[in-house]
Order: sequence, then structure tokens, then C-alpha cells
Amino acid sequence: MSSAPSTIPVKPVAAGKGQRIPAGPERTQWPATIILIVCTLSVLVPLYVTISMAFKTTGQAVDGNAFSLPSPLTFDSFAQAWTLTNFPRGFGISVFVSVIAVAGEIIVSALAAYAIVRNWDRRLFRWSFFYLLAAMFIPFPVVALPQIQLTGLVGLDNPLGVAILHIVFALAFNTMLFTAFLRSIPLELEESMRMDGAGTWQVFWKLIFPLLGPMSATVGIFAFIASWNDFMMPSLIISDPELQTIPVLQKIFQTQFSNSYNVAFASYLMAMAPAIIVYLFTQRWVMSGLTQGAVK
Amino acid sequence: MSSMTRPSIRAEVTPPPATAAARAGRSRVDPLYYVFLLPSLVIFTLAVTLPAVLGFIYSFTNSVGFGDFDFIGVRNFIAVFRDEGVLGAYGFTLTFSLVTVIVVNAAAFLLALGLTSRVRFRAALRTVFVIPMVISGIVIAFVFQYLFSNSLPLFGQSTGIEPLATSLLANPNLAWLAIVFVTAWQSIPSAMLIYIAGLLTVPPEVYEASSIDGASPWQNLRHITLPLIAGYAVINTVLGFKNYLNAYDIIIGLTDGGPGVATRSVAMSIFRGFEGGDYAYQMANAVIFFLISIVIALIQLRFTRGKGGIAA
Repeated sequence: MSSAPSTIPVKPVAAGKGQRIPAGPERTQWPATIILIVCTLSVLVPLYVTISMAFKTTGQAVDGNAFSLPSPLTFDSFAQAWTLTNFPRGFGISVFVSVIAVAGEIIVSALAAYAIVRNWDRRLFRWSFFYLLAAMFIPFPVVALPQIQLTGLVGLDNPLGVAILHIVFALAFNTMLFTAFLRSIPLELEESMRMDGAGTWQVFWKLIFPLLGPMSATVGIFAFIASWNDFMMPSLIISDPELQTIPVLQKIFQTQFSNSYNVAFASYLMAMAPAIIVYLFTQRWVMSGLTQGAVK
Repeated sequence: MSSMTRPSIRAEVTPPPATAAARAGRSRVDPLYYVFLLPSLVIFTLAVTLPAVLGFIYSFTNSVGFGDFDFIGVRNFIAVFRDEGVLGAYGFTLTFSLVTVIVVNAAAFLLALGLTSRVRFRAALRTVFVIPMVISGIVIAFVFQYLFSNSLPLFGQSTGIEPLATSLLANPNLAWLAIVFVTAWQSIPSAMLIYIAGLLTVPPEVYEASSIDGASPWQNLRHITLPLIAGYAVINTVLGFKNYLNAYDIIIGLTDGGPGVATRSVAMSIFRGFEGGDYAYQMANAVIFFLISIVIALIQLRFTRGKGGIAA
């Protein structure tokens, strides 16, 4: 990558804002393009190995050559992984956790952010904001042991408890995103609605919440990616292995996969596919959301 | 989306313009606002504050997680500082975090430079580079575990590169490099997107002016790009450290802490509090870990303050 510095646009052609990089083919930086294409191999090769291993027969999968194409191509490993890990059940539980985490993160944080922004001049709301922000500095491992005990005590050592913990640990970040966004919404909109006799409840659901749409999309997608992929929380909180989420199932079935690498990789592929598919369809929210969140 | 506000942490603290409540007079707050705030405060208090307080109290006891216990002062803390296993976990976690932060920032910055230059297929390339961010850490760790313990040794044997001829994951001195590699693989995309956002805030006129003055691309990089995006490097460092210090999923998938205890992270050592009956002892460990995390975060935030007010 030593030639990377040369890829800086030295003389950008004057263009409108946001269209800073002209796309004229004669100005294309081919060396940089080629280097980047080669770099994508670092992402694509592991994915290729996962897919090709998943379609191999058990006999071919144990030959140690990860990069060969499957021959013959078979779907058997998916069927085996499906029944071995009881995929439908794991999938259902992962969906359950993700749906609650997504809906909960959006609604709980949006409500809190709205109350905080509209009452910022009141100490209680201001302090609540900083209280919630403190969560950013408390990592899950620090409070994990007492949490495991408490969730067990109140019967939340199950997927519902995990979903609630996802909501809690994202609370600081989401509330920050929503408050920042709410401050950019002019108060006049709201006041005219109140003048027509609408109460806070209606103002929030009919005006504010729809306006928060783009931010909710971002929060929701990150909530989905985080809760769908997480291993640490469910593995520690959910006590019944029958109720485990998909990432934890991959760990539980490691010994049973043993040398059936094709079954293992079929299972991995089924575990990662939903998040990749959701990402491909919601890319723009993922990209913009991350940068906005980070620059906060 | 890109036109949305990007306030700094300072903007958060600044009171917004007069609110509805303020205009209506201080005496009247719609009680519904308390109802809106309540769910957050309740779940946060029950799920974070309460366990944190309980854990702090337990760290001064000899509890095994259930039954009776006595207060034993700071004995747990002293024991933690003498425990070679725990100290080893701290050594591994801090080294791993530091190296990963450096690797991730360097790679992410170079990729961001490439993706903001006049390359072809920019959108498609970016789409591919972001994929690792959305893949489960433990699942991709299992994929790499296979590659590291099967494919890489084959490659090492055929090319005669001695250290690669046996599994990297079975080598107590090198296994941590595999963990750095997979963690970086997963973390580079988010850091890259942040650097791209940073690079796009540098006005093109600046480069134009400097190239009129005869600056070379290297000088542009050194004297314009790097200083202007230093704040973004700090963001990436702060967010990165926060994640890497809690490393767990990827290590479980790759080495499970082994060989031996060579790659056991602090999080893994804390979670052992339920296995060996040293519940209170590991809570003391958690308290120490919390303090170290805070100190590292504060050092970084302090550094941020000198870098133009972009805070994470």
C-alpha cells in the first residue's frame, strides 16, 4: 500500500458540494483501483471458503483443501446442519431477541430523548441524560456476574432478558443520537400542532416519531446487527441451552460438528447470511448511521 | 442523511433554545414527559446500576455466588494483584488492544484514502469492505480457526516457512497474532467509514490551494490530511480500545483462551467467577478492570480535547 498517498486527489476539478470527486473515466486512478480490488480478497476469500465448504460432501471437506470448488455440489450439509442444530428453533429465538431489541431500542430511547430535549432546563431531565450516558463507560463484563444472578432471580435468564440487556447497553448511545437529532427539529412545528389542541402523546406519535424515521432506521439496523451477532450476552445470561441464539449454537455444536466440516460451514453460513442480507438492503443507513454516531 | 447535524459533545451540553416547557413557565411540566423518561431510567437502574453496586459490595466479601458470606476487606484486591493468571490476562488484553488499535487504524486509514480518491467501482468496493462489520464475531472466528489450523499449515509446509508449518493457534507465542488479525478483520470497516467521513470534510479547495503552491501528494498527506483528520483518529482509538478491552467472542472461537492460558482475556477471567467459586474474587477483578477502562478512556478524552473538540 505504499502508493496509497498518490491516491489523494491533488487537483480536484471544481465541482458542486458533495460531488467533490468527479467520475470522469480519464481521471480514474487505476493503480489505486487495482490495489483496492486485490484488498477485497481479504474479505471475499473467507466468505468464499465458507460458501464452498458448505456445499461440499463430507468426504471432500476433510481433504484439507479449503479453496477447492465443491465437486460434487451437494445441499446435504445444509439439511444435516438444519436438523442437528435445530436451526428453526435457534432462528426463531434469534429473531425474537432481535425484534425486541430493535423495537425496544428505538422506542425507549426515542421517548427518553424527547422528554430530555423538551425539558432540558429542568434539572431532573438534564441529570437523567448524564446518568444514562454513564452506561457508555460500563462494559458488560464488569457487571456481568451480578447480572447473571439477578436475571436468574427474576426469571429473566432467557432470550427476553438478553433482549432487555441489549436495549440497556445501547441506551446511552441511542439516546445521544436521538437527542442530537431532536434538537435540529424546529419547535414551531410542534407548537402549531399543540395550538390545534394536540397533547404531548399525540405530538410525539403523530409528529416527532415520524420525523425521527431516518434516525430510527439507523438505530434499528445497528440494534439488529448487534443483537443478531452477539455471543457474549446470550451465552452467559440464557441458562437453558434449548433457548440459545444462533451464534451460541455454533459454539455448543462444535464437538458434534467434529470432522464434518461441511456441516459446520453450512451452519456458519446460515448463521451469517441473515445479517449480510439485511446489510445489503439497508447499506445507506448503515454507512451514514455509523459516521453520525461516531462524530457525536 | 449526510446533511444531518454532527454536533460535538460540547453541543450536547449546551442548553438548547427555550423549550416549550420553558415558554409555558417553569411550573408546568406535562407529567407525560416523566412517563416517557421512566422506562429508560428503570431498566438502566435495574440492569446496570444495581448490579454494579452489588458487584462492588461483593468484591469486599468472600461470597462464592450463593449462601452466606463475610466481609473480608480488600483481601480480594490484594490477591488479584498477586494472581499470575489474572495479571497474564491483563498483559495479554492490553498488548492485544494496543496492537489491534494500531493495525486497525493504519489499515482503515489507507482504505479510506483509497476509497475517497478517484477509483472506479467505489460504491461496490465500499460495500464489500463493510461486510465484515455485519458478521458475527464468533462465527467468523470459527471460519478462521479452520483456515489457521488446516489451510495455513499446508501453505507453510509447501513453502517451507517454518513458523507457519504448524497451527498458529497452537503456538503460545503467536496465537495472539491470529486474534489480532481476526479482530482487525472485523473492526476495520467501522474505522474506515469514520475515516471516510473525516476525509470528506476536508474542503477540496485546500488541496487545490496547496497544489498551486507546488505541494507534492506526500506533503499534502503529511501537512493537510493528517492534521485535519487527527480528531477522527482519536474517535477510532477510543471506540477501538473500548471494544478490544472487552474482547471475548472472537477469542472463544479461535483459541478459547489457549494454548494453556496464553490468550485468556480479562473478560474471560472475570466470567470464570462462576466456575471456580471465586465469585467475589472475580468481582474485585471486575472493579479493577472497570477502573482501568475508565482511566484509559479519560486519558484518550483528555487527548481529544486538544484535537479540535470532536469527542467520542
